[in-house]
Amino acid sequence: MHRTTHKTDWGVVVGRATGILVLLAGILFAAGLCAATPQDNSVPSIFDPHSTPADSIRHLSHFVLAVTGLIFLVVFSLLSYVVVKFRSRAGDTAREPAQVYGSTQIELAWTIIPILIVVVLFLATARVIHAIQDAPKPAEAVEVTAIGHQFWWEFRYPGLGVVTANELHVPVSDPSHPTPTFLKLLSADTDHSFWIPQLAGKTDLIPNRVNETWLDPHETGLFLGQCAQYCGTQHAKMLLRVYVDSPEDFKVWVRGQQQPANEDEKEAAGKRVFERTACLNCHAINGTNGTGRFGPDLTHLMSRRTIASGAAENNSQNLRLWIQNPDSIKPGSLMPAMKLSDTELDALVRYLETLQ
Amino acid sequence: MSSDAIAIQTAEAAGRPWVATLHEWVTTVDHKRLGVLYILYALFFLVIGGIEATIMRIQLMHPHNDFVSPQVFNRMFTMHGTTMIFFVAMPILFGFANYLVPLMIGARDMAFPRLNAFSFWLTAFGGLLLYFSFLGGNGLYGAGNAPDVGWWAYAPLASRAFSPGHSSDYWTIALLASGFGSIGTAINIIATIISMRCPGMKLSRMPLLAWMNLVMSGMVLLAISPLSAAQIMLLVDRYLGGHFFDTQAGGSATLWMHFFWIFGHPEVYVLIIPCFAFASEIIPVFSRKPIFGYPVMVGATVCIAFVSMSVWAHHMFTIGMNSYANSFFTITTMAVGVPTGIKIFNWLGTMWGGKIQFKTPMLFCIGFLFQFLIAGLTGIMMASSPFDWQLSGSYFVVAHFHYVIVGGILFALFGAFYYWYPKITGRMLNEGLGKLHFWLFLIGFHLTFDLMHIPGLLGMPRRIYTYEPGRGWETLNLLVTIGAFVQGIATLVFVANLVISYFKGAKAANDPWDAWTLEWSTSSPPPAYNFASIPTVASRRPLWDLKHPEDPDSRYE
Repeated sequence: MHRTTHKTDWGVVVGRATGILVLLAGILFAAGLCAATPQDNSVPSIFDPHSTPADSIRHLSHFVLAVTGLIFLVVFSLLSYVVVKFRSRAGDTAREPAQVYGSTQIELAWTIIPILIVVVLFLATARVIHAIQDAPKPAEAVEVTAIGHQFWWEFRYPGLGVVTANELHVPVSDPSHPTPTFLKLLSADTDHSFWIPQLAGKTDLIPNRVNETWLDPHETGLFLGQCAQYCGTQHAKMLLRVYVDSPEDFKVWVRGQQQPANEDEKEAAGKRVFERTACLNCHAINGTNGTGRFGPDLTHLMSRRTIASGAAENNSQNLRLWIQNPDSIKPGSLMPAMKLSDTELDALVRYLETLQ
Repeated sequence: MSSDAIAIQTAEAAGRPWVATLHEWVTTVDHKRLGVLYILYALFFLVIGGIEATIMRIQLMHPHNDFVSPQVFNRMFTMHGTTMIFFVAMPILFGFANYLVPLMIGARDMAFPRLNAFSFWLTAFGGLLLYFSFLGGNGLYGAGNAPDVGWWAYAPLASRAFSPGHSSDYWTIALLASGFGSIGTAINIIATIISMRCPGMKLSRMPLLAWMNLVMSGMVLLAISPLSAAQIMLLVDRYLGGHFFDTQAGGSATLWMHFFWIFGHPEVYVLIIPCFAFASEIIPVFSRKPIFGYPVMVGATVCIAFVSMSVWAHHMFTIGMNSYANSFFTITTMAVGVPTGIKIFNWLGTMWGGKIQFKTPMLFCIGFLFQFLIAGLTGIMMASSPFDWQLSGSYFVVAHFHYVIVGGILFALFGAFYYWYPKITGRMLNEGLGKLHFWLFLIGFHLTFDLMHIPGLLGMPRRIYTYEPGRGWETLNLLVTIGAFVQGIATLVFVANLVISYFKGAKAANDPWDAWTLEWSTSSPPPAYNFASIPTVASRRPLWDLKHPEDPDSRYE
């Protein structure tokens, strides 16, 4: 290739620059994914599943990524080739190139091949749709009703008589003797979506509608997620934690949750505050006259690691702050500032801290 | 002769007071002036929508950032989405259609000039109404709020129980008004193309731009109507005690989703098809070859229009439809990939064997091709419904549709600006600034939207005003924000180019790109009546025939 002019050859520039950009993007993409998958599940990556439905989705996604990646490589190579090869060169004659209007054979080829690809992709997809959506519910399955609220999660285990919030406990499922968890999804107000990327794809919670999803985790541990359907001001802090327990731990947890609320005579003052203020309009504590359901059930509040749907760690300082001024932790949450005196606040927090 | 006429007009205009000029623009029914009004109006809102995006990106730069409150952030993404779709993309494309369609089919104006003006002013009113919500959203003491229900305003979030005050009403009525404007324009474009083509211009000889705008307009009629119906139903719910979407009284939240997305998905094609049209005009001219497979291009466009009417529920894969419905919408969605793929191959076929000139319009079109390819492929991923159960509602989706709207639609639009600016203003846009704009925007775009896919794969949902540290999202979000600023700077370069070139740009000849369609046969800018005498055409490329009498297209068609 010998050119005599010094004019910039845009074809080459475009070709190279695009090549470099694609390469950089690819490297960044891969690096981002690798850097972000540590072992402790703090990064809820969809490519690091620990449950049957999430796992089948990952398999499908690998297949889809391979096919689309191949299409990308073919078309991108064609585009690069065309841009470099057919650029108008300096010193070219002024004549126009051959005027070609089309070619039936070629156009037929690039119609039929994509149709075949679509059929293959569809069949692979339909299999996974069926496998996940139409999975039979074994008799050993744990049943949970999850109810979305602005901006927290209510979990009820109807078979076990357990009611809790924001932190779901499920047993690990042994593939030889599966104990999956089936969730009935309801909403108390607006749309929400239940999403634990490492355990299952998301399913919405929609008022006046009953949806269902299931988890089948193979590994114990804490898995993170959050509401994935915009539900109002504090959609961002409607976080979700799923503890996958060993069968023994799960039994222990259930037994603990089935107990009535802890009665501690020393903290009767705090209990009085709870029963005599607006707290009980929204919150329930088993064994008190508080039966409200607008807010989380507090019977076993201290068995949870976080408050405010995962927005803050569950400790006395945060509890105090939360009761005094919820907006300082979660602006726009529906819990009102309780405007208690310092003595009342101290007593209430001390009482809440006995609710193991 | 026609250029003399324009010179006389300009000389007259120079002596007149600005009020008279303003009056003339406000009362105009000329398709070219209305086209320019649409475009200027949309550019203004593009800047506003861009500022809203920047505010969101600053907020998301770090976890637990408090640059804005959650309330403000939620308003920003609602306004950003609504603005960009209804008050930037739609009007700017209608503007180009208004300006170009009559010129390209050899007509002197649109079929209904006054309807045309009415439609524009309705759309303009809609935009003003939407932004007036900042002042009047609460309806009291001017202490207002913009809507914060998201650009698709899912029920029951937009009901009075969850959205008190008037912010959602402003949103609803703004969309109703601009929707009627869009329907008017669509009817006008269809009527113009059906009945105003110059002698010899059979449908099979029409420029692809006209064809694609015809298809787009048909889709507008089918897509905007259900949206308008839904808006009226929402107003009935909010003010007349209706219960269509009022879930507390037994209404259906999913009904709204169906109404919205049977508008929402065709809408994507309403926006992208005119951009296919730009690419189909620009790529041949700068490859020096006719479009490859014209009949197939037309067929593929019509096919996309039909199929895209049956894919809407792929926006709803997570709402718990049964496995048959999910399978159905998976295959229809994937099927759209076939005619779309045909188009990409046909553009490549057009470039194949050509002599490609890398002028700025062509650079943007190549960028469009590359990015649209990727956007299509990530679309295929989400069409696979189980995969979508992970991707839906995450930042992956945000990255995907910005790839379509920015990487596809906006790149093609920038190409169209550089290509037709000389025709509209009589001045060339500066090539140096144009190339700077292109490269800066390309780098900013890829920095932002390539990386934005990853947080989605790592579990980051969209529409959150802040996020927890330690989930692997921080660095990516910071880089995405930096990319957004690079795009902002590139857009400023573009705006500067538009302004500087208008006053200082090189004078444009009638046909600066050596192109082949009718708009290049008249003066730059064209006179009010477009053509001194109505042209007659014998092929798809009348100016090619004129320039190459020894080898005219008409011989082969």
